[in-house]
Amino acid sequence: MFARRTRRSVASAAFMVFCTASTMLAMVVLIAILGSLVYNGIGGVNLDVFTKDTPATGSIGGLRNAIVGSILMCAWAMAGAVAVGVLAGTWLSEYAGDSRLGSLVRLLNDVLLSAPSILVGLFVYQIAVKPLHGFSGFAGALALAILAVPVVTRTTEDVLKLQSRQLRESGAALGTPMWTTIRSILWKAAGGGIITGILLAFARISGETAPLLFTALNNQFFELNMLKPMASLPAVIFNFALSAYDDWRRLAWVGSLLIAFAVLAINILVRTLSREKRRP
Amino acid sequence: MSKTLAVALAATLLAGATTVQAAVTISGAGATAPAPVYTKWAEAYKAKTGVQLNYQGIGSGGGIKQIEAKTVDFGASDKNLPIADLNAHGLLQFPTVIVGITPVVNLPGVGPGQIHLTGPVLADIYLGEIRRWADPRIQQLNPGLRLPNLPITVVHRSDGSGTTYLYTSYLSEVSPSWKGKVGASDSVQWPTGQGGKGNDGVAAFVRQTPGSVGYVEYAYAKNNGLAYAAVADHDGAFVEPDENSFKAAAAHAAWSPSNGFAPSLLNQPGAGAWPIAGATYILIYKEQTSANGGQVLRFFNWAYQDGDGLATNLAYVPLPASVKEMVRRAWTTEVKFGGKPAL
Amino acid sequence: MAELSAAAAPKQARPPKQARPKGAAFDPWFKMCCAASATLILSALTGVMITLAFAGWPAFSKFGLSFFTSTEWNPVTDVYGGAGPIVGTLLTAAAALILALPLAFATAVFLTEFCPRSLRRPIGVAVELLAGIPSIVYGIWGLFVFAPLFAKWVEIPLMSWAPPGSIWETLFSGIPNGSGLLTASIIVAMMILPFIAATLRELLLSVPARVRESAYGVGCTSLEVVWSVTLPYVRRGAIGAIMLGLGRALGETMAVTFVIGNSHDFPHGLFDGGSTIASTIANEFAEATSDMHVAALAALGLVLFLMTFIILTVARLLIGAQKNV
Repeated sequence: MFARRTRRSVASAAFMVFCTASTMLAMVVLIAILGSLVYNGIGGVNLDVFTKDTPATGSIGGLRNAIVGSILMCAWAMAGAVAVGVLAGTWLSEYAGDSRLGSLVRLLNDVLLSAPSILVGLFVYQIAVKPLHGFSGFAGALALAILAVPVVTRTTEDVLKLQSRQLRESGAALGTPMWTTIRSILWKAAGGGIITGILLAFARISGETAPLLFTALNNQFFELNMLKPMASLPAVIFNFALSAYDDWRRLAWVGSLLIAFAVLAINILVRTLSREKRRP
Repeated sequence: MSKTLAVALAATLLAGATTVQAAVTISGAGATAPAPVYTKWAEAYKAKTGVQLNYQGIGSGGGIKQIEAKTVDFGASDKNLPIADLNAHGLLQFPTVIVGITPVVNLPGVGPGQIHLTGPVLADIYLGEIRRWADPRIQQLNPGLRLPNLPITVVHRSDGSGTTYLYTSYLSEVSPSWKGKVGASDSVQWPTGQGGKGNDGVAAFVRQTPGSVGYVEYAYAKNNGLAYAAVADHDGAFVEPDENSFKAAAAHAAWSPSNGFAPSLLNQPGAGAWPIAGATYILIYKEQTSANGGQVLRFFNWAYQDGDGLATNLAYVPLPASVKEMVRRAWTTEVKFGGKPAL
Repeated sequence: MAELSAAAAPKQARPPKQARPKGAAFDPWFKMCCAASATLILSALTGVMITLAFAGWPAFSKFGLSFFTSTEWNPVTDVYGGAGPIVGTLLTAAAALILALPLAFATAVFLTEFCPRSLRRPIGVAVELLAGIPSIVYGIWGLFVFAPLFAKWVEIPLMSWAPPGSIWETLFSGIPNGSGLLTASIIVAMMILPFIAATLRELLLSVPARVRESAYGVGCTSLEVVWSVTLPYVRRGAIGAIMLGLGRALGETMAVTFVIGNSHDFPHGLFDGGSTIASTIANEFAEATSDMHVAALAALGLVLFLMTFIILTVARLLIGAQKNV
């Protein structure tokens, strides 16, 4: 009787140790990655990185064109993704309800959310690069937009669904048209949540590499024209990391450091925002 | 807060939308073997003329594909296209520099140029028939060297590459069994080994893996301190890769526009001729639809004139002056924009 | 009578004009805009599938079933068999899931059961940060930090220890520089672990307190509460979360391309290189010149898409019934 009880206690204690150890392992991995980024990249972070463009071998340079290219393409992608995503999320939450079409769109939205990004890159190559005979920043932005839309749609729908029925009913009671109710009442009330979704989508696409490989290609020089190939941080990191030159590899680490910390900063910002929202 | 976000977003978009670029930009893509020298030339050319030539090394196969899809202004490839293909597509092919492909090894205690290999032995290694460094066939070529009993890790290219084309063409020439089992192309079915992406990828893998052997363009071997091998030339003497042996390989070549300026430089007779040499080529459309073609030709004209020093610094061999003249003549007669010569 | 009804009739024949809110005319347009956006999502997904099917059709029709069974990937003779990448994808995803699942489950349980209250939020945040790190950062870390360490401390000792000619030698054969299918699986496991852990944690938190408390009340140990009470409660959602993680593992490109070794064969040893569909496309698409090569790559893409689609649909159906995760 006691033996069985001891066995159960021992098993439970071992389980607790296993759980603690697993969590510690996850923490160790996080610290290892962030630590490597800082260790290998911080030495290369200087003003040149932000003021000079990607160099040829043996020349001094930085990551300016890649940083600017990434920001431009992500900005365009987010502009498109917000327009489509917020409207689609609104449709799912307000107009579609539980209909068959609504469920289908929700399902396909989730599939697109987790779809391999390289396939999206292939798709955009076929429709935007090949027929137009040129790699361009717009093609890259289009690929990123397709990846960002599902995130925005999902969070918009979730957040709008959380709004109480009374809000909608109050709008109807005042006699406002449906779209004004949505715009002035629902969107305003859910504003924080929608912004959270937008920031999450931005964090996700800023680190995407595969879709940019066949759409925006890359560019050695500083380029603001979206109709031409554009440099981006992930593409530059991809090329430089696999190179055999030390100065290029160092820049790849610096770029990784910049991306990782930008993404982490956005995630922390999102959590702070949502925490503030929860505290009434 | 959302208002400031909106304003920031709008400003960023406007920055991208206004095409205020006054500089001319041309784009090219292709072989990774000459990428170091093309990007170096592009940097110097921009400083001199303000024209931005954006070159991306995506592999010779990529260069051919993108120029055929007309997504770039010129393609670059170490693999020369046969004259029939060139005429079918309306492309002009011309060489820029001479490259040498060299086997590199990572063995403890073995420095650059110390290990001796022959073509047939390399073929057998890449076929997976010679598996360890202490194999008698390698040992007998290297009487003065103590080879460890490490297993051989073969490294090749995972992407379509003109470097691969030159290397496998050489192996096909010197080893009938390689020719029968694998053949020569920019992308082959490798019997064994690990694939690295680009010349960089192969160099990086060899650097990291003790007991490995790979093949890279000479500039990559030299600039990374890799231990390149001395290979037996046509007459059996061991030659080290450097500018002189590449020049010797090109000395007897018959350059002519009728074969697309693509003589074979592999396994050439003559003292001290590096057996795995070749030229690297640019592909450009004969009928140009914009002024970009002229800009491309102007860039390479400048490179012919003033780029030799930069090329030799990076361990590439410039073309003989007579060949440059022949190419210039081909530019003026063949490449046209709106009926007139583009250059 | 007639005059009365005639006087009353006009009022009934013409009902009073219904007051419409200002701007209501725009309502149907707005609804259409929203519906159009939703349709765009539909068309993006179908567009991807149709493009892949269209582009990949020549490969399927030429090679038929051998496309799925042959490892011969020969651009010289234009013969393509996708078994290597397909098997590699399934192997890495399965191995990653096997490695990550127990750890993710344990982490989720730790965060809900054992963790001191004050540490719950920081560690939870840390786990979500791990999920947010971009794939290319994992790739570059895996190639430059993890692979050399793995080679030095695991691969080379095991490979030198293995007695020549024994089964251990074959098992531990491969490339001694830390890249290969196993390394790729480990890196992908690190990527999906926080994702599954965060989802499982949400699920475990959704279990009503009285269910857990009643189990503790009858004297169950923590292990018994979790294993026999909480987990079965969230079983469907948990399976859905696992499948989402699997779907993500299947499509992982950059982290895998850096460390997988890029070989089209089946692996013969634990440390051999291989390839996945995503890494093959990333490596070869930009320069596939022959039409059949492009078709073969698109065909592989379609296979990956269908695999992901099926798994995600099943996951969605499982989770959707349980909770809107």
